[in-house]
Amino acid sequence: MDFSFTEEQTLLRNSVSKYLADNYKFEDFKKISRTEPGYSAKTWKQFAELGLMAAPLAEAYGGLGGGPVDTMVVMEEFGKALVVEPYVSTVVVGGGFFHHAGSEAQKQEWLNKIAAGETIIAFAFAEPQGRYNFADLTTTAKKSGANYVLNGQKAVVLGAPWADALIVTARTSGGQRDAKGVSVFIVDKKSKGVATRDYPTIDGLHASEVTFENVEVPAANLIGPADEALKLIEQVTDEAIAAHASEAVGAMKVLLNATVEYTKTRKQFGVPISKFQVLQHRMVDMFMHSEQSASIAYMVTLKLGEGEIERKKAASAAKVQIGKSGRFVGQQAVQLHGGMGMTDELNVGHYFKKLTMLDTLYGNVDHHLKRYADLG
Amino acid sequence: MDITFSPEEEKFRATVRNFIAENLPKLGKTSRRDFETKEDFLGWHRMLYKQGWVAPHWPVQYGGTGWNVTQRYIFNEETARAEAPALLPFGLAMVAPVIFTFGNDEQKKKFLPRILSGEDWWCQGYSEPGAGSDLASLKTKAVREGDHYIVNGQKTWTTLAQFADWIFCLVRTDATVKQQEGITFLLIDMKTPGITVKPIIVLDGAHEVNEVFFDNVKVPVENRVGEENKGWTFAKFLLVNERSGIAGVARSKKAIERLKEIGRAEMLDGKPLIETDEFARKIADTEIELAALEFTELRTLAQEAKGSHAGPESSILKIKGTEIQQRITELTVEAIGYYAYPYDRYFGDNEYPPGPAYASGGAGTYFNMRKASIYGGSNEIQRGIIAKAVLGL
Repeated sequence: MDFSFTEEQTLLRNSVSKYLADNYKFEDFKKISRTEPGYSAKTWKQFAELGLMAAPLAEAYGGLGGGPVDTMVVMEEFGKALVVEPYVSTVVVGGGFFHHAGSEAQKQEWLNKIAAGETIIAFAFAEPQGRYNFADLTTTAKKSGANYVLNGQKAVVLGAPWADALIVTARTSGGQRDAKGVSVFIVDKKSKGVATRDYPTIDGLHASEVTFENVEVPAANLIGPADEALKLIEQVTDEAIAAHASEAVGAMKVLLNATVEYTKTRKQFGVPISKFQVLQHRMVDMFMHSEQSASIAYMVTLKLGEGEIERKKAASAAKVQIGKSGRFVGQQAVQLHGGMGMTDELNVGHYFKKLTMLDTLYGNVDHHLKRYADLG
Repeated sequence: MDITFSPEEEKFRATVRNFIAENLPKLGKTSRRDFETKEDFLGWHRMLYKQGWVAPHWPVQYGGTGWNVTQRYIFNEETARAEAPALLPFGLAMVAPVIFTFGNDEQKKKFLPRILSGEDWWCQGYSEPGAGSDLASLKTKAVREGDHYIVNGQKTWTTLAQFADWIFCLVRTDATVKQQEGITFLLIDMKTPGITVKPIIVLDGAHEVNEVFFDNVKVPVENRVGEENKGWTFAKFLLVNERSGIAGVARSKKAIERLKEIGRAEMLDGKPLIETDEFARKIADTEIELAALEFTELRTLAQEAKGSHAGPESSILKIKGTEIQQRITELTVEAIGYYAYPYDRYFGDNEYPPGPAYASGGAGTYFNMRKASIYGGSNEIQRGIIAKAVLGL
């Protein structure tokens, strides 16, 4: 039983941590998030130069040969700094689809580009009617000669305003919610017929509503076999869930530390409010939530390579733990900071918003409790 | 024991309902979240004032309606049910009762009519950066110089001060005695030279609260309510009033109705979300808590009707009322799904945010309402009050 990190992973953590401490302070996050386009191309390039995109990808395709643990290390640091740059959608989701199901040509083209930081990929899967069901699709892809023709609408595509490529889930056969008939494509965002409506999100990111009107997608852009992509989507999104779990852990650690420090310095009734037992126990509860979340982030990361059921249960467990703990730690950090916690000026509210929206992404607590229970 | 309403009370309810049905639609905007200008906020106030209904809880001689406790309750229920915008409490419900209970005749004559009409907009100068839960430790100083006080200091979390004409302020007039015994209650004209208002933006992007700075501000002595150094009594009196208005039962009932509408509209694999066990139970659970709170409020009202004043028991109304309000916003975010993401304040008046109309502002409201367990005396302080004053611990 070994929970230690390799030397490379420790070096990775230190280099990310140092870079962010110097270049991505809270005021930097605010500036980047609130200045068009809402992310920093310079930062993205620096991430590539630090080898962050390459770290978890296969050496044969420009990666450094690491895996999910490297992603976990990077994402915790990103969570601590409120990094907005689309690492998960590009490296974990984009990289994940090609790694698991890409053709040799696709791997050569895309994994190398991803590792080098030369592409930004957004994942267009959610639809207005579908809630958290990946198979609920009105977006269709109809084979037409050497192409597929894409028609439909995707909702809240995070990072789409910044992306050059979209990974799009679409129905190639079957009824609206059939498990069979789901396919995945990589689509050039500049393709004729792709329209986007960009907007900022409440937690400091940017997203688009994306519509596809008779978009011609080369058959070579299909990832994996047609009609059979649902299991692939579940696998890749479970990997994304592991990454976001670690991001949430980073955010919770910052909130816990900030709250403990604040209550030690904030004096009311002649004493630091950290002296009040009610608040001490509240912070202990925040600590336990944070530790349980860190544990579940380890668990899901380490179980990603297990069989389908084991992996799904781990991912759903992570979503449930992070959802509940993220809510508690976020809410209580605001509460214990009093009025200050409510301000836009202080960092606390921003971590709270991030944690709240991470619960929605890829299914909230209720959705995953059900998935977990249904898996037996 | 009888919890039904009499025929006269039901007739009264119908009168209120008709008035609302005829007048509320004439307002352009009714949702507080959409309000931008002073007139947006005052629209409903002006309509009620014309009707003579803007201050049901005031003594009739000052403009109150003379309604009994049950009628006031019915009025609150009906306006909340119709989602009429809540009236701002600072003038009507906070400083006015202090003035007509403890003020002198000149003050009553000068201030009450203008509070009633909405001509004067009031804000509350209580909290300071160093005085939140520990309000009595406030430091804004007032030094007597002839027939004026010279005020220096800073107030914070001052709701809607950017629109205010007047501020009621707790100031320190004696720093040598026990804290509570050196506080004075002053009424200050916001146009007085030396007053600066600075916005505080909160986490959903709203500009609701402010810092208010006082730099050698001259306040006439006749604007002092009661005697010097006796202000803490009035402050406490006002805080208890602030607390009992805060249960928000009728508004929460409406909020649950809206949540159910969302639950019926949101589909989970072709079935309305509200028909899933998990969600249906969560709503039922909150509705039941609210039902219990409603009766707790009615019991408190019954006590008031018999003449005894709400004391520390009103802390229950504040704690449970705000926890329920917050819970409803939590469930709303859960119900909305992905369309909780778009930042509603980004979209201009003529733009439709993406997603269903009910989704817009859902997350923003959830974040904004975290203030409810902090303001009006934090829920931790309120529990402390119950522990000490009710349970004798």
